[in-house]
Amino acid sequence: MNSFPRRYHAAVWDEPLIMEQGAPGRRGTVPPGPIEAAGDLLPEGMRRTTPPALPEVAEPDVLRHYLRLSQQTMGMIGISLFGTCTMKYNPRVGELLAARDQLAEIHPHQDDAAIQGLLEIVHEFDLMLRELSGMGRFIFQAGGGAAAAYVHACVTRAYHESRGELAQRRDVITTAQAHPCNPATAAAAGFNVITLPVERDGYPSLDALRAVVGDGTASLMINNPDDMGIYNPHIKEWVDLVHEAGGLCFYDHANFNGVMGRIRAAELGFDACMFMLHKTFGAPKGGGGPAVGAYGCTPELEPFLPGPLVVRTDSGYERRENEAGVGRVREFLGNLPQVVKAYSWTLAMGADGIREAADISVLANNYMETRLLAIPGVTKSFDHLTARRLEMTRYSLGEYTEETGVTAVDVQNRMTDYGVDAFWLSHEPWIVPEPFTPEAGEGWSKEDIDYWIDVLAHVMEEGRTDPELVRSAPHNQVVAQIDTASLDDPARWATTWRAYRRKNERENERQNEREVTA
Amino acid sequence: MTPRLGLVVNPIAGMGGRVGLHGTDGPALEAAIRRGAVAVAPHRARRALERLRALAPDVPVLAAEGPLGGDHVTGGVAEILPRTRTGPTTAEDTREAVRRMADAGVALVLFAGGDGTARDVVEAAGTSVPVLGVPSGVKMHSGVFATGPEAAGETAARFLARPGACRDAEVVDLAGDGPRVFGVARVPDAGSALQRAKAFTARSGDADLAALGREVAGEMRDDRLYLLGPGTTVAHVNAALGLPASLLGVDAVLGGRLVTEDASETELLALLAEHPAATLVLGVVGGQGFLLGRGNQQLSATVLDAVGAGHIEILADRGKVAALDPPVLRIDVGDEHATAPITGYRKVRTGRGRSTVLRIVAEGLSRSPGP
Amino acid sequence: MAHPYMPNSTPDARAAMMRAAGVTDVDELFEQIPADHLAAEPIALGDGVRAEASVRRHVRRLLDRNDSCAENLNFLGAGCWQHYVPAVCDEIASRSEFLTPVWGTPSSDHGRNQAWFEYASQLGELVGMDFVGLPVYSWGAAAGHAIRMAARMTGRREVVVPATLDPERLAVIRTYCGGEGGEAIAVVVARHDPDTGRLDLADLEAKVGDATAAVYLETPNHLGVVEADAAAVARLARGHGAETIVGVDPISLGVLKPPSEYGADITVGTTQPLGVHMNAGGGVGGFIATRDEERYAREYPTLQVSLADTRVPGERAFGMTLFHQTSYGSREEGNDWTGNSVYLWTVVNAVYMALMGPRGFADIGATIAANSAYAARRIGTVPGVSVRWPSGFFKEFVVDFTATGRTVAQVNAALRARGIFGGKDLSADFPELGQAALYCVTEIHTADDITALVSALHEVVAA
Repeated sequence: MNSFPRRYHAAVWDEPLIMEQGAPGRRGTVPPGPIEAAGDLLPEGMRRTTPPALPEVAEPDVLRHYLRLSQQTMGMIGISLFGTCTMKYNPRVGELLAARDQLAEIHPHQDDAAIQGLLEIVHEFDLMLRELSGMGRFIFQAGGGAAAAYVHACVTRAYHESRGELAQRRDVITTAQAHPCNPATAAAAGFNVITLPVERDGYPSLDALRAVVGDGTASLMINNPDDMGIYNPHIKEWVDLVHEAGGLCFYDHANFNGVMGRIRAAELGFDACMFMLHKTFGAPKGGGGPAVGAYGCTPELEPFLPGPLVVRTDSGYERRENEAGVGRVREFLGNLPQVVKAYSWTLAMGADGIREAADISVLANNYMETRLLAIPGVTKSFDHLTARRLEMTRYSLGEYTEETGVTAVDVQNRMTDYGVDAFWLSHEPWIVPEPFTPEAGEGWSKEDIDYWIDVLAHVMEEGRTDPELVRSAPHNQVVAQIDTASLDDPARWATTWRAYRRKNERENERQNEREVTA
Repeated sequence: MTPRLGLVVNPIAGMGGRVGLHGTDGPALEAAIRRGAVAVAPHRARRALERLRALAPDVPVLAAEGPLGGDHVTGGVAEILPRTRTGPTTAEDTREAVRRMADAGVALVLFAGGDGTARDVVEAAGTSVPVLGVPSGVKMHSGVFATGPEAAGETAARFLARPGACRDAEVVDLAGDGPRVFGVARVPDAGSALQRAKAFTARSGDADLAALGREVAGEMRDDRLYLLGPGTTVAHVNAALGLPASLLGVDAVLGGRLVTEDASETELLALLAEHPAATLVLGVVGGQGFLLGRGNQQLSATVLDAVGAGHIEILADRGKVAALDPPVLRIDVGDEHATAPITGYRKVRTGRGRSTVLRIVAEGLSRSPGP
Repeated sequence: MAHPYMPNSTPDARAAMMRAAGVTDVDELFEQIPADHLAAEPIALGDGVRAEASVRRHVRRLLDRNDSCAENLNFLGAGCWQHYVPAVCDEIASRSEFLTPVWGTPSSDHGRNQAWFEYASQLGELVGMDFVGLPVYSWGAAAGHAIRMAARMTGRREVVVPATLDPERLAVIRTYCGGEGGEAIAVVVARHDPDTGRLDLADLEAKVGDATAAVYLETPNHLGVVEADAAAVARLARGHGAETIVGVDPISLGVLKPPSEYGADITVGTTQPLGVHMNAGGGVGGFIATRDEERYAREYPTLQVSLADTRVPGERAFGMTLFHQTSYGSREEGNDWTGNSVYLWTVVNAVYMALMGPRGFADIGATIAANSAYAARRIGTVPGVSVRWPSGFFKEFVVDFTATGRTVAQVNAALRARGIFGGKDLSADFPELGQAALYCVTEIHTADDITALVSALHEVVAA
């Protein structure tokens, strides 16, 4: 029996920047020489005269540097119940498949006949998502969930334009707890944004929607459930109301994990939906992409999709331009390696596995809730609502912070000292104080979930007896707590080494001047 | 010179809260003490200072004497501002201390108290020196408070390390039958740090409100009368028009010109009689979602009736909307006839091309929820 | 049978959690969903395949139907390019710490954040700019965001772009510029000079004016030609108060000038050539870089990693700068929007640039310039085949088949039968060029490869 807590310390290499390493003349890789020596082939005024100030490092040293940086990243090696992102296991068989030349070394402009296997996977996976959602077609061009929301905003624009109503339909309606990408992409596409506040039931009221829906409505963009794990049971009436007014309805299925296999977006009346292959469908997150926001829509909206569409014909699969569509939101068909990985995951899971994953994910959340609410100082948002939450819930450390002055961010930092990475706090806006939103999903064992909760309770107790210990955390991490003061200061921020050196040289000069004056 | 912090504590603030009173103003204090109230503000001031000291050990503090400040300072460099008055401490002590701190050139006044204390502070300081509240009162509708004692300490430490941008914040208090704006203070523009402790700072809402002000100003028609209500939000419309704003009152604008500044009810009714096509632009005041009611008696039932419920535009800061729990706005003009058409779900504009929908409820503001 | 991906798919684990949560049937947990919302029919996907061997075999057989650029000879470029990917890039890309994570804290993400900072720092050296955001989805997306930045900065609503622009990228730019009413940015197309393949300065001068938010140009342009007058273009834009946005392929920057030296205000481009496989187009990524001035920094829609201090004197950390101006920080008030991007490739890009160093970029630039010139010269010897602009290009060049009496489609079909992927067919998108194709030649091509292509072309045009 191991004692609690387990011993942990992050790798600390004090690894210098790669720009600070190396020595003149060292080579990390040598490109092939030219087929034949040539003189100056490029226009004289455009030739580079000063070499870029890049490091000169030998191959083994580059390798070891980045291996050390990888070790200085906790990633999914620890426990991360990072809510809203549905962190789950990413089967490595998908990586081996995607690394094959028959995918990695495919050029997107190759003839359709040369990539039939790939197009078949795209088509077959499209069919799988249709089965899960009831939609008429999926595309994979969007490089993430936000980009898929943007696809919807663009499709909405094209749809209303085709009906001559775009000038009148200016409003996209969303909710305060919908993912920020919904209002943001609507605004980027030129729409006004109306945000409905969450009311006592844990979702906005139908009357609030009724007050703003009308002939100015372009679309509704919504999550259900959102990160609170509360399902809006009136969603069909919402959809009907928007449809009656002539608007479209988009279902941001970022939180599909808790309802997959149980509901179909199209059956609820939605015109379009979005799945994230890098969260729900087992493809890896990559620290923030490459990702895929699979956008699906009804046949009525298909003419407005960005092209090309993959279609099955008698002679095989082909890419076909979508003449009335919105052109492109991104070059080419999308991050197809992620599609192949998601396809492999879905094959391995099957209908039974997908339903079981939803069951386990919601069960794990409810199990967590039972244990979390037993910790003094943890409260649940909308705790007057007794119905079981879906795959995640928003909790609050507000009472604990009031008592101890230790914030959710402090607790989060201290938890990393035990090999438990950050929890998700909350998207903007925060509607509960000191929020946190863990999500267990189906990929973490009960033992890991228990350990996570035990660490939280332990850290909160530390905060009661020694608040400074928690506030000054982490202590067992790669580096100590960041001082954020410089981040938004134009005189001090530095997104590149050259900027940092310039600003600090100036700072040093100023300091020297001061000393001279003094 | 190293920026100095001024410290004022209202030693009796917050005593009413746990004993069911709405403040410790005047006679309420005795009642509070009778009911066994204990001091809240000193403890919270100490928590804020501890945090400040942890982050900025060397910041010099200029504290009011005794229970008004000095008693709560532990460690670090502190100077005491001697009290000139005798007897039990009163609001005048707060005002005098703040005035003298401003004269002494402190970079920031940190005060512990509630809305009543904030009123005293802003009355004395005006906008001459930035202020920041350690929330310790029963009522905290004003926008000058940090989210908690530690957040106040952190914001103060950060501001004193590099005194930077400030923004306007309303000082609101319940008076008579309803809330009203008593003044505008300058507070450190710490983004969300003023409301919460977070790894990242949030965007200041001022730019969005300025854009909203321009949008509303751009929609104005020359032949229509516009009544611009109190508060800093609506003041952005005045600013977009290049007009001064009487932050505490109602300004009448016609054809892009200010026709009456800080208009009385009589003046408003006269203007409305002459220009029946009118729009009233209202802001949300304070943290509890008040659309001004009886607190600003010039906006009477008769005035609202003359404008017409359909001609009221409501503007609100996104941060204020997000903080509303529940998401409702309250009005009370004491007249069912004028009130009824305004209530229900209404669009509230939060930025250029941005809006939300809030339920307007009519209720006696004097019955508004306590802490 | 328990599923290998789900530790809790055992009866015991489920029972223990159900007991603690107080439910006897998992369906009780879904009580919030009204009965009439439940799927009308069960999901018909078939049962899961628990044996990894079976999944792997099935997917591999599908993929094996593809013909890749590894066993064929590829001359396709046009927005995605075949370069050699050093083995260390693949090794680092496959590290679980980089492959699978989401967000942690600045302390627990330190290694990844440092790799991101090294990406931005090294890219900044290549393009000669101090402020570099984390990448966006693609070059087209980067150009689209940059144009929107320029529109916000100048308050103007027109962008002038070259007629030679890649139609794929132009389609993305048009989408980003779309809107209604006050939000739309008009895309004005400036002609190119048919004799040189470069921007026609006279036409540009006629189209740039007081409404122009930005002039966007690329060098080398989509047709491979280096825009030798880039400095004049930037001067013209500046003269009208417009921003100059330059799109570049960073693989060229060991031999071509950094855009900062000829007047670029914002530099954008692709990150795919920096160590990322083509991945059927799934390898693309885009960058945005500017001078480190608030005017630009405050318009970035991206996340940025900044070097910062920690509580320990002398220790470094990395944090997000200007986070509040993203949509994560400010929802619809943020600049455009931010989401998942291509951050795994960011790490790979950092590795690639570190491996290459200044000599590597100089060498690869020289090799690509020489190899593409060599290939163009030899292709030009095939009867009826000519190179449209035989000098002043880099990596890509336009081959004209009109005089052979054959279409590019016919030529490419015949080449494909010989294991060669001919250049991208330009005849539909650039009809004024005739039956033309865009050929891409890089450091991976050998003399034998060019000989194979030229002999095949001889056969094809003679047949």
